[in-house]
Amino acid sequence: MDIRSEKVGDVLVVRVSGELDLATAGEFRHRVDADLDRFGSRDVVIDFSELGFLDSSGLGALLGRYRRVAERGGRVAVSGCAPHVRRVLELSGVMRIIACHPSVREAVAAFGGDTSSASGGGVP
Amino acid sequence: MSGRLSPPKGPLNWFRLELPARPENVALVRVAVGSLASHLDFTLGEIEEIRVAVSEAFSNVVLHAYPEEGGAASGGTVTVEARAGGGVLEVSVSDRGVGIADVELARRPSYTTRPDRMGLGFVFMETFMDEVAVTTSPGHGTRVVLRRRLPVRNGAPSDGASGDERAGT
Repeated sequence: MDIRSEKVGDVLVVRVSGELDLATAGEFRHRVDADLDRFGSRDVVIDFSELGFLDSSGLGALLGRYRRVAERGGRVAVSGCAPHVRRVLELSGVMRIIACHPSVREAVAAFGGDTSSASGGGVP
Repeated sequence: MSGRLSPPKGPLNWFRLELPARPENVALVRVAVGSLASHLDFTLGEIEEIRVAVSEAFSNVVLHAYPEEGGAASGGTVTVEARAGGGVLEVSVSDRGVGIADVELARRPSYTTRPDRMGLGFVFMETFMDEVAVTTSPGHGTRVVLRRRLPVRNGAPSDGASGDERAGT
């Protein structure tokens, strides 16, 4: 698993590649928490477009980040979910509280953020 | 129903792996089982589902079977047996750990003994496989057998056509 973080407007964007499972969930948890503090962002988009695998251990780590961010009044969205990732998110019920957008840009735009380029929606 | 693997029908391929109950081995097991599943004519989407189910079974062993030794740190081993043949993939994941006191409770959605977990392991196993059989003996270990049958596609049960992604989300 590899994680790259950047700030798009005020939103923290975390791009996760590789596999998110029992072996990697801990590192995901630590990295996202550290980057939230480092970038001082309230809202976060977690991009799964390079994610090859997600199971309940990865979901647990995702939901844990959601709780932490929500406690501080922030929002979490995911983007770029392949069909197998989307299936796991749907089955778990996580998609009822964390929206999945086609792209990072659309996810940031849905937060009302500045994506610094054209269109992108604004769908809540 | 039983924890035994059923007798093979048709050409059979199989493996048996014995490995430590460590988190990093979940990827190894899922690669091995996914590769074996691809010998049958499962689609890529079906193989992804099988990979999730197997990862859940193996993760359960790492998380729950060997609490005294810390599971990840030492001691516990897991035996993974998989066979593919006759249009069926069967995977058995067994340990010699503490066992499950109440299997019905453990399989209940959202039930977990750990507050940081979601209790979804068995939900994914049951959703993604046709059968999930659990045999357990407190103090002696647990065996989970997962079965997935190859669906009949366009009248032809197997061979040939490669794995197209399943339609829908």
